[in-house]
Amino acid sequence: MTETIIQSSNLFLPTILIPLLPLIGFIINGLFGKKLGHASGWIATLVMFASLACSMFLFFNLPSGTTETVTLSNWFYFNDIFIPFAFLIDPLTITMLLVVTGIGSLIHLYSIGYMHHDEGFARFFTYLNLFVFFMLLLVMGNNYLIMFIGWEGVGLCSYLLIGFWFKNQAYNDAAKKAFIMNRIGDLGFLLGMFMMLYHFKSLNYDKVAIGAMSLGVNHITVVGITLFLFIGAMGKSAQLPLYTWLPDAMAGPTPVSALIHAATMVTAGIYMIARSNIIYSLAPHTLDVILIIGTATSLFAAIIGLLQNDIKKVLAYSTVSQLGLMFAALGMGAFESGMFHVVTHAFFKALLFLGAGSVIHALGGEQDMRRMGGLGKYIKITFLTFLIGTIAISGIPPFAGFFSKDEILASAFEHNKVIWGLLSFSSMLTAFYMFRLLYLTFSNSFRGTEEVKHHIHESPTVMTLPLIILAACSTVVGFIGLPPVLSHSHNFKNYLSSVFAQSKTILPAGHQMSHSMEWILIATAVGLAIVSIAFAYFKYVKQKQTPLEDEQLKGISKVISNKFYVDEIYNAVFVKPIMLLSDLFLVIIDKLVIDLLVHGVAFVTAQFGRGLRLLQTGHVGFYMFAMVISMIILLALQIFNIFNFLHI
Amino acid sequence: MENSIQSIPQNWYLILSSFMFCIGIMGVLFRRNAIIILMCIELMLNAVNLLLVSFSSYAGNAEGQVFVFFIMVVAAAEVAVGLALLVSIYRNIASTDINILSKMKW
Amino acid sequence: MGISQIIFYLLASFTIFTALFVVFSKNPIYSVLWLILCFFSVAGHFVMLNAQFLAVVHIIVYSGAIMVLFLFTVMLLNLNKETEPHKPLLLKFAAVISGGVLFLIILAAMKTTIPSNYIAPKASEIGYVKQIGMKLYREYTLPFEVASILFLSAMIGSVVLAKKERA
Repeated sequence: MTETIIQSSNLFLPTILIPLLPLIGFIINGLFGKKLGHASGWIATLVMFASLACSMFLFFNLPSGTTETVTLSNWFYFNDIFIPFAFLIDPLTITMLLVVTGIGSLIHLYSIGYMHHDEGFARFFTYLNLFVFFMLLLVMGNNYLIMFIGWEGVGLCSYLLIGFWFKNQAYNDAAKKAFIMNRIGDLGFLLGMFMMLYHFKSLNYDKVAIGAMSLGVNHITVVGITLFLFIGAMGKSAQLPLYTWLPDAMAGPTPVSALIHAATMVTAGIYMIARSNIIYSLAPHTLDVILIIGTATSLFAAIIGLLQNDIKKVLAYSTVSQLGLMFAALGMGAFESGMFHVVTHAFFKALLFLGAGSVIHALGGEQDMRRMGGLGKYIKITFLTFLIGTIAISGIPPFAGFFSKDEILASAFEHNKVIWGLLSFSSMLTAFYMFRLLYLTFSNSFRGTEEVKHHIHESPTVMTLPLIILAACSTVVGFIGLPPVLSHSHNFKNYLSSVFAQSKTILPAGHQMSHSMEWILIATAVGLAIVSIAFAYFKYVKQKQTPLEDEQLKGISKVISNKFYVDEIYNAVFVKPIMLLSDLFLVIIDKLVIDLLVHGVAFVTAQFGRGLRLLQTGHVGFYMFAMVISMIILLALQIFNIFNFLHI
Repeated sequence: MENSIQSIPQNWYLILSSFMFCIGIMGVLFRRNAIIILMCIELMLNAVNLLLVSFSSYAGNAEGQVFVFFIMVVAAAEVAVGLALLVSIYRNIASTDINILSKMKW
Repeated sequence: MGISQIIFYLLASFTIFTALFVVFSKNPIYSVLWLILCFFSVAGHFVMLNAQFLAVVHIIVYSGAIMVLFLFTVMLLNLNKETEPHKPLLLKFAAVISGGVLFLIILAAMKTTIPSNYIAPKASEIGYVKQIGMKLYREYTLPFEVASILFLSAMIGSVVLAKKERA
């Protein structure tokens, strides 16, 4: 069963360099970060750009429609189970590689400016490099085990970076919450892997797919595996009911929110399902579950986002909502559309987070939108780039968000009209709260204190440059996937077609939509977005309304503002009973049983020792007598076969 | 002269050396003078030496005698150190009685 | 009864009596002297067993070096009949009893393991210097060298221990 290690390919070196470079950066920064000072940030950024260059090389050199496997070692054998340590390079991987290294590089660059005054500067870049390494492992592995290593690793880095300012207890709690929520999902992932090992004797993507295909559609095993894997995705990608960690994760530094909690890590769940598209296609029941949960999350998070006042919280809920949209796309079997939205969303959401970071930087740490306003005059570059990001996420052509969103909505319309309605409503809400955010932050006059106002300044070039690049990308990246009415070739779809070809044959093919229908859908979507933007304009610019203080809220808005009390419900339903149970165990099992056992053993030993030490008379003659008599006894026992029962 | 190991059964040597060994043990228990005890230990070592040599000769294997050689080395070193210890003990308590040396207890 | 058997009996009884005298003499000086005699008889046994080289080494090392050291120490410490400490009679009795019991037990143990009248098929030549030397300098070179280090450390140790401490 040995598989030969192929090293002849000219893609070998760049392939292993991609994850290796961030790892080297991590090691250098981790070991010498303190001495390097601010150079560590530049090292981290440099390895990221080098990694990006390698990804580009792969992108241009991999023949289209082919797959390359780079095996580093035959990792382990166990009975008939064989797991190689190998990387799988195909269009889907390269897409993710470009997103991770591309946006990762820009965010590293941005962080040099953002974290400049922080005492944990080197530590920050160490974690960031480690995160990128694990993320690359996640997307590059050719089996679920390597993906799982990356999966756990990014979870760890997420934990470390959310709790980056560990002196604040609330931030630590947020980090723990993220970690525990992710663990719940990871358990699902792990169970899914166990089922795969049990039924298919392999964790390789292709072998699992072949095994699943031999079982047939909606076989209970495949449905089980896919559901378990989806639980993992729910945790990592913040879907109902495991989404509550993501808004709290905003405790971390803003570049972290941009990189981990918007652009890359949270899309790991979507990547995983797209990667497993064949087994998911074989389990339509699971796809239905994904569709429902994705749609519900999208709507739910959008509604909560309407009344949040923390600039980062709004973006966090918008991320949850957009992730829900992507899952809905996957649930409809529109894997390319989901991946397309991953790509466009990565650009504009990273842009929005970095813009928010720039705003926070300008205001010296203020995050409450009620204390902002009128910033457009002071920080022009941030304002303009943020505006582009907002337009992109709202779905106004020709910016990136429009194309991907429109594609998902079109699939939804084909699939189920109700889902289409709900998703359209959620997009409308998205447009509204994003422009609410924009107006509250940048329009009208400043509402904060004079001291803060005096201090407002534009960010340095290392921060504005990534903003400008991301804004440019957010503008044009949508053109890689033009809808059928505008263009005959959908470049992105074509690029990924080889990955999803097999699942297309399994899933029932949707009938081709007529062009007029498509125009109507586009017009509806854009119309709804414009209406909600206009409403936001009317409300927050014309009427100059500002959100009420927390105490003044009542009725339904109070419920929404408090996030439907989900945290409180989880607290009451899960946390409190567990705490109670652990108190109970503490008193009964721990204090009574275990302590009694441990202390009892110690007590008995001590008493024996107290008694037996009297034998230690100090008289050599006595010792010798004891020795000789013991010798006699031992020999006698041997002779009279006393030890026979021991079978010595 | 006939060869002795062809006419004497090996058992005799076994009994002799175990008797010597037991005399050594008895002496260790019997006396209180540390020097005599050291001498009795030498006696026991010699009993073992005798046993090893007898086995070596009867079995036609030289290794036993090599081991006797090493036992002598160890015995000589032990006596040198042991007697030096005794001298320094005697200097402190003016006696070699083991019953006085009972400080090392709980 | 052949001549060698007679010699064995004589030598063995001499060994045992001298050994007993070592234990039971009142005066430590006598004990040392009896022990020297005992070692001579053991060397005699070695000769009987065709281990001539070992017999010579035994006399040189034990009678020549170790026993002189003992004698020297006994005289240095000025131990004699009057200063000799003795155990109570009960303990002495117990010592003799346990020694005897141990002998019986060892005999019983040997009874179950060894065929009683084993005689060597041919005269042994392994006790010659050549044979022992071959073994010692070929197979046991390293232990032999390590033994010299042991000696060195014993020498240093005894010098350090016996040296007069400065107050």
